[in-house]
Amino acid sequence: MESYGYVAPTSIAEVLDVLNANTNAGQMTQFLAGGSDVLVQMRMPNHQPRTIVDIKKLAETNRLEVGPEEIYIGAAVSSAIMNEHEGLQKAMPGLLEAGDLIGSTQVQGRATICGNLCNASPAGDSIPALIAAGGICDIATASGRRELPVEDFVIGVGKNALQAGEFLLGVKFAPPQATTKDAYLRFTPRTEMDIAVAGVGVRVSVENGVCTDARVAIGAVAPTALLVTKAADALIGSALDEAALTAAGQACKDSASPISDKRGTAEYRQKVVAVLCKRAIAIAHQRALEN
Amino acid sequence: MARLHVESKINGETQEFLCDASQSLLDVLRDELGLTGTKEGCGTGDCGACSVLVDGRLVCSCLMLGVEASGKNVETIEGIAGDEGLHPLQNAFLENAALQCGICTPGFIVASKALLEKNPNPDESTIRYWLAGNLCRCTGYDKIIRAVQDAAEKMSHPA
Repeated sequence: MESYGYVAPTSIAEVLDVLNANTNAGQMTQFLAGGSDVLVQMRMPNHQPRTIVDIKKLAETNRLEVGPEEIYIGAAVSSAIMNEHEGLQKAMPGLLEAGDLIGSTQVQGRATICGNLCNASPAGDSIPALIAAGGICDIATASGRRELPVEDFVIGVGKNALQAGEFLLGVKFAPPQATTKDAYLRFTPRTEMDIAVAGVGVRVSVENGVCTDARVAIGAVAPTALLVTKAADALIGSALDEAALTAAGQACKDSASPISDKRGTAEYRQKVVAVLCKRAIAIAHQRALEN
Repeated sequence: MARLHVESKINGETQEFLCDASQSLLDVLRDELGLTGTKEGCGTGDCGACSVLVDGRLVCSCLMLGVEASGKNVETIEGIAGDEGLHPLQNAFLENAALQCGICTPGFIVASKALLEKNPNPDESTIRYWLAGNLCRCTGYDKIIRAVQDAAEKMSHPA
C-alpha cells in the first residue's frame, strides 16, 4: 500500500469486513478513535501507510450509559464528554480524575480512555483507574463478542490482548453502590501536561466503618499496570486505619518493578507508589463516607 | 489512492474540499482552504497553537484528520471577529499586550473563547488550567490571563 486509506464504517459487521479484507490482502489496519496517539504515530518517519478505520460512526462505540444494571463507556467517548456526565461523576469520580489528567483541554476534547487502554503505555493514567473500577473490555470478534477484564487486556509495553480480527467496542462496569467509591492519584514533576512517574487507582466499599471490598491498581511502575490483590487483602476487613493503609502501600511497593528514567529512579518510584496508594485510599474512603 | 471529497461547515459557510486520508485538519485548513490563521507549533498536540472548535468542542487541529471534519462545524480564528469588528477577546489581547511574536495567539484566543462560552466568569486558576495546553514562549502568561479576565468582564458587563 503506497498511501493511507480512510473508512468510517457504520456497523460492526462492516468494520470486521474491512479488517478481514485487509488481512487477506496483507495490508495494515489502524483503528482511529480520538486520534491523539494515532496522528502522532502517523508522523513518525517510518510509519507504514495503512487503512485508517474510524470507529466513531458506530452506535456501540458512542454509548455512554450509567444504568442500574451496567455502566458502559464506548470506545468513541472522549474524556470531555465523560467529565460532563453527571451520573458518571457520581458513580466513578476516580476514573474521571484519571481521564482528566491526560493531556490538555484540547486533547481531552478528542482522546478516549479506550484509546489510552489500547495504546497500552505503562504510564497510561486511565488504565490503573479502569482496573480499580473493575472494568471489563467489550471486544468485537468475528464470531460475536468476548469480554476480558481490563487487568488482562494490556499484556506488555504497547501491546494489548486484541487478536487479529478483533477491536475494542467499549468498557463496562457493574454499577458501584453509593458506599463504594474510587480515586486515582499520580505523581508528575509538573501539575499539568506531564507523564506519570507513578500512579495508583483504588476503589473501596465501606459498610458500618469497615472496608468490605477493595481493588488497588498501580501504573507507571511496571511494564503494564497491575492489579495488586495483596493491597486489597490488607484493606478488606479493616477500618481503613493507618496500619491497613501502610500494609496496602507496602504491597504496592513490593509489586512494583519500575525502571529508572529522567522522571525518577526505580527506588523513588517504589517509595512514591506506596505513598500514593495510602493517599488514594484515604480519598476514596472519604468519598464513600460522604454518600 | 484518489483524494477524498469532504464537505464541512467552516466558520459558518459550507465548504467542499479534497484531501488525502493522512492530511490533518490543520493541513487542510492551511494548505487546501488558505486559512493560515491557525498555526502549527509542534504538530503533536502539545502546544495548542492549532486550536480550533469542532462542533463547539475545543480540539487540536493537528490531532484530527481533515476527512474527520466531514459533516462537522469547524470554527477557526478567522471566524472569531464579527461584522461589527474584533471579538472582545481579540481587543483584550491587544489592550493588555498579551502577545509578542503572535504564533500562539490564535490558539489562545480560540481556546479562551471556548472557555468563556462554557464559563463566562472563570477564576484565575480555572483559566490557567484550561489554557495549560496552550504554550507561549514570549509573554510569561500573566498578560494572557489578564486579557482573558478583562474580556470576561467586558463580555458580562458590555459598556
